[in-house]
Amino acid sequence: MLEIIDLHVSVEGKEILRGVSLEVKKGEVHALMGPNGSGKSTLSFVLMGHPKYKITQGRITFDGKDVTHASADERARMGLFLGFQYPTEISGVSLFNFLKTAYNSSREEKVSSMEFREIMKDKMELLGVHEDFVKRYLNEGFSGGEKKRGEILQMAVLGPKVMILDETDSGLDVDSLKVVSNGINKVASKENGILLITHYQRILKYIRPNFVHVMIDGRIAKSGGHKLAEELEEKGYDFVRKEIEDG
Amino acid sequence: MGKISLNDSYEKKFGWNMKVQSVNETEPGLSSRTIRDISGFKKETGRNRWIHDFRMKALKHFLERPMPKWGGKLDGIDFDDLVYYMSGVDKGGDNWDDLPENIRKTFEKLGIPEAERKTLSGVGAQFDSEVVYHKVREDMEKQGVIFVDPDTGLHKHSKIFKHWFGKVVPAFDNKFAALNSAVFSGGSFVYIPKGVQVAMPLQAYFRINAPKFGQFERTLIIADEGSRVHYIEGCTAPVYSKDSLHSAVVEIVALPGSHVRYTTLQNWSKNVYNLVTKRAYAFENSTVEWVDANMGSRLTMKYPSVYLKGAGARADILSVAFAGKDQHQDTGAKAVHLAPNTTSRITAKSVSKDGGRTSYRGLLHIAKRADNVKSSVRCDALLLDPESKTDTYPYNEILNETAVTTHEASVGKIGEEQMFYLMSRGLTETEALNMVVTGFFDAFAKEIPLEYAIEFNRLIQLEMEGSVG
Ligand SMILES: Nc1ncnc2c1ncn2[C@@H]1O[C@H](COP(=O)(O)OP(=O)(O)O)[C@@H](O)[C@H]1O
Ligand SMILES: [Mg+2]
Repeated sequence: MLEIIDLHVSVEGKEILRGVSLEVKKGEVHALMGPNGSGKSTLSFVLMGHPKYKITQGRITFDGKDVTHASADERARMGLFLGFQYPTEISGVSLFNFLKTAYNSSREEKVSSMEFREIMKDKMELLGVHEDFVKRYLNEGFSGGEKKRGEILQMAVLGPKVMILDETDSGLDVDSLKVVSNGINKVASKENGILLITHYQRILKYIRPNFVHVMIDGRIAKSGGHKLAEELEEKGYDFVRKEIEDG
Repeated sequence: MGKISLNDSYEKKFGWNMKVQSVNETEPGLSSRTIRDISGFKKETGRNRWIHDFRMKALKHFLERPMPKWGGKLDGIDFDDLVYYMSGVDKGGDNWDDLPENIRKTFEKLGIPEAERKTLSGVGAQFDSEVVYHKVREDMEKQGVIFVDPDTGLHKHSKIFKHWFGKVVPAFDNKFAALNSAVFSGGSFVYIPKGVQVAMPLQAYFRINAPKFGQFERTLIIADEGSRVHYIEGCTAPVYSKDSLHSAVVEIVALPGSHVRYTTLQNWSKNVYNLVTKRAYAFENSTVEWVDANMGSRLTMKYPSVYLKGAGARADILSVAFAGKDQHQDTGAKAVHLAPNTTSRITAKSVSKDGGRTSYRGLLHIAKRADNVKSSVRCDALLLDPESKTDTYPYNEILNETAVTTHEASVGKIGEEQMFYLMSRGLTETEALNMVVTGFFDAFAKEIPLEYAIEFNRLIQLEMEGSVG
């Protein structure tokens, strides 16, 4: 469903991704791991169409269409979702109103606030948040855990086809991690795919990936099954780095 | 994809005009003859002759006084070409059905009778120079609430009218207050008796219909001790190629312990110069709130003021402005602390786009005798593109050392990260921009009744349309 072909990306003249290829198909969960600064967030932004990142080579296709140059909103309306590592604060805009507008943006038949409240109900319960939470201004003054719950709530409501989740686990305490992981698992299905970006292994206890990739210095240095995650847990990223150096 | 231009949308919603036969009007231009004609229409003779003399003195002052050199560009106003008085009715009434058809239709199109039925304690509707309709709910009338046009105030409530008229804003206060004092017509005279709480707002709606016209309404609100009232005004005008002038004077007298809120949704067409003097006297322990939104007009110069004359009085001024192409909103607030233990809070928010300009101009004066004053001023400006401008002119005269004052100001641009976040959920660039701007004004929208907040947000969206290429 989401195919990344030999992607090279620069920001402010500096090349950050240096030939990334990856395919996420229906029903698959891919974990993308790697040390800080390896380019994971950059990849997530590029996949979502951030205007600051320049694609210098390669392509992205989504749901059979070339979206290499599509805008973020076009991709979103096609069913791509990015859960941000650092969600942006927007003052004066309530999470509820924003999400209703987003929900309606990809639908012919617009729902009213009342109808949308019904749609939200189950999802709010799933993420353990209440009415006052969705009335607050978007991410403003949210704790780290609240921000991530907010991201997954948005994902659950919008029901995307491919979900890119950038370090959804970072900054969460154990309870929040369980709630958020459970939320992701409930949304995951045979009909959608997940690219789960993480620095640590701990979320993989709750969400089991079919594939694990290791990104180092803007390239996917190694791919494997769930076992690879366990190996990384034991040996750290250095063993992969060493493998590269040893050729 | 076709872009909707701003004027197209305004034109459709508000910018149309109606054919209306005038019953009374003055010749274009301004002279003592104009004043005599106006006084004649209004029968300002006998014991009410003083108001004619007041007009004449004001005219002399207006003609002698130079144009202000600060603020916005005023050279587009052609004083000789304007009509200073024009009315399609001889006298207003309290029945919509009695009005000439096209005047009634105008207000129906603007939704005024409908709002009256739903959410208001009283309505005044002004068409060009005269208030054509005025009515206050019966239960309010029974409690002694007066809500009439100034002519009725002068003729029927002459004692209290004369006592306060022109006292808060003297005729010689500034050039445009003088102009208004000379040719004023229409507006409201409001009196709330001691202790009376007016639950639902009183609303005045001002409509300009004629081209090359000047509207000069005059409002005087007296809230007696311990009373409470919320007055709301709205305004619109047709889109014409020639400029019009709107120059009003609003005087508020908040007697001890009273609470007055005055809300304005200014939405003139972009050929209107809007030069308004608004001032309140706040006596002991009273509260005056100006809630002032400026979206339309070519140039607005308006700085709602509160003179805190009694100990413990409070002023709360919230001023928001939106300047699009060819617009300059020169707005702000003044708090003049003349008594101890008085407080003021000024919040100003502005958005500029497509080369529009907003200016914040404020005065904070704390007199020597005013001990323990608290004041806070906050101005936030948002620029939507590099062509747009904003500037601030805060003046502080703090003559008492016990004052505690704060001043904060910020100028922001819409962040790429905010836009990306919103768009990554499927909002188009226009929707995302609308959302950020609506959010920026949320503090204002929350302060006004729900129906007005909805209307305000709609107006902002109208202003935002076509802003993204
Ligand atoms: N907007 C940017 N401007 C300049 N450098 C950037 C920008 N975004 C990312 N980088 C650089 O790209 C590299 C990869 O960063 P990032 O994608 O955030 O890595 P990760 O998410 O794996 O920690 C880092 O060296 C970072 O400093
Ligand atoms: Mg990252």
